[in-house]
Amino acid sequence: MNLYHLTVHKAAEMLNRREIKAQEVLEAVSRRIDLVENKIKAFITLTLDQAEKKAKELDDRHEFTGLGGIPYGVQDNLCTLGVTTTCASKMLEGFIPPYDATAVGRLKAAGAVMVGKLNMDEFGMGHFTETSCFHPTNNPWDLTRVAGGSSGGAAAAVAAGEVYYALASDTGGSLRQSAAYCGVVGMRPTYGRVSRYGLVAVASSMDQVGPVTRNVTDCALVLNLICGYDGLDSNSLEAEVPDYRGYLETNLKGMRIGFPREYFENYVDESVRDAVKKALLKYEELGAVVEETGLPHSKYALPVFRLLASAEASSNMARFDGVRYGYRDEEAQDIAEMMSNSRGRGFGPEVKRNILLGTYVLSKEQYDTYYLRAMKVRRLIKEDFDRAFEKYDLLVAPTTATVAFPRGERNEDLSDLLTIPASLAGIPAMSIPGGMVDGLPVGLQLMGPRLAEGTLLKAAYAFEQAADYHLRTPVLEV
Amino acid sequence: MALTEKDVERLSVLARISLTEEEKKAFARQMSSILDSAAVLDELSTDRIEPLIYVLSKYNVMRDDKVRPSLANDEALANAPLKEDAMFKVPRLI
Repeated sequence: MNLYHLTVHKAAEMLNRREIKAQEVLEAVSRRIDLVENKIKAFITLTLDQAEKKAKELDDRHEFTGLGGIPYGVQDNLCTLGVTTTCASKMLEGFIPPYDATAVGRLKAAGAVMVGKLNMDEFGMGHFTETSCFHPTNNPWDLTRVAGGSSGGAAAAVAAGEVYYALASDTGGSLRQSAAYCGVVGMRPTYGRVSRYGLVAVASSMDQVGPVTRNVTDCALVLNLICGYDGLDSNSLEAEVPDYRGYLETNLKGMRIGFPREYFENYVDESVRDAVKKALLKYEELGAVVEETGLPHSKYALPVFRLLASAEASSNMARFDGVRYGYRDEEAQDIAEMMSNSRGRGFGPEVKRNILLGTYVLSKEQYDTYYLRAMKVRRLIKEDFDRAFEKYDLLVAPTTATVAFPRGERNEDLSDLLTIPASLAGIPAMSIPGGMVDGLPVGLQLMGPRLAEGTLLKAAYAFEQAADYHLRTPVLEV
Repeated sequence: MALTEKDVERLSVLARISLTEEEKKAFARQMSSILDSAAVLDELSTDRIEPLIYVLSKYNVMRDDKVRPSLANDEALANAPLKEDAMFKVPRLI
């Protein structure tokens, strides 16, 4: 039996029953990393030595509850006490946070075993984990194809069996899009549901932390630990967190599902549309009422996102000035030159361009034309969702317009088109394996009203159990 | 909306980012194209629409005015590229 391939819930059960040891589970993952990491390149930093120590401690105490003893990975924009956190940027090479992000700290307290930090686009800016200053990450289903981004490392590592699950982030769709391309489950919870404390901020009005897992049950287990109020994030929601396992049932009788026609237009590959339509038929078989609906302002989401995200990023990135942490130009004679050179040399082109664009749209002369207008249209996009959720419990659509494409065939505009609207509206959304096209996974996107993570999990679980896409794994052994 | 290299240079001073000549050229082109694609927003009449500044309904989050533990001085300075005594060190300001 290949231990690395167990689900989180199965491994947790076996650890509890003393059928396996945390050290054996870790060893299986560690061997798997040895075998496939040079092909996938999902990690920026490995922490296997610390992980071994922790696994041994856990075995000695034999305290296994929840996710205790299970190896996982963390996207490299979440701060980890004593472990470098680079955001895949030269700017933060060697930065060692003096604290844990809240989500990381909660998993640590539950006995989870971190095996490393995962690759991403530089500061989350990019689409295919290609702007990482270290290396791109390859898609486990086809190494010549992109893994998505900015959470490409997280999704690829989970799909390849290098970790059991990962913590990642989602601003415009990062973890959902990467999960779709890599055939795994990615959940962006409601804005404010998971604390962003210790998540390096990019676009604060949209940034959210979420799990990437191999199945829906595991997603519920991780959510149980990371959701909930945190006084260290002023946007944190005080709403009570249910036990999400309670939503994992297969009877969808009476559930009202809408599919937004704007997500099925011609720019979406026909094969992807077909796969998602098949999934909708499955939902009817499961007892749901499925109807076409509309989100008429969807086509404005991409320009709105670009303007708002660059504006927010330009402000957030001001903290990188070569003084308190990060890259610093040592030659400069005065402070302005030091800051300019540090930022000019520390940031990659995508980040620099975004900061400049944000500086432009926030300038006094351009503010009304771009920033203010984008915030107004953001309201229209959110109201589209509000209206849809008066009638439907959730919306189902493709996560991405295409399956993962070959590296080099860039189509940046299409990659996040279908994930951005939910980000702008602040609602929960997830991607689950929803079909296969030519041996590559198709992501099925579920979007629900605020705090409806449970409804999403229920619909996701019912589909997963009725299909078998989550059981398929990429073949990496040669 | 076409941005010139001069525009990009002005922005780079405001944002404190030194750029090479090639970067100025490339960014002027790329940013112009992004701003052009935002022209689609002009189709909408937005005069009467309130901007959505914040997706949650809460505001002014306060905490009790109590002293809490904070990072020790050496921890706060641990990542500083240059420090002296208990302070961050920067080039001459005046």
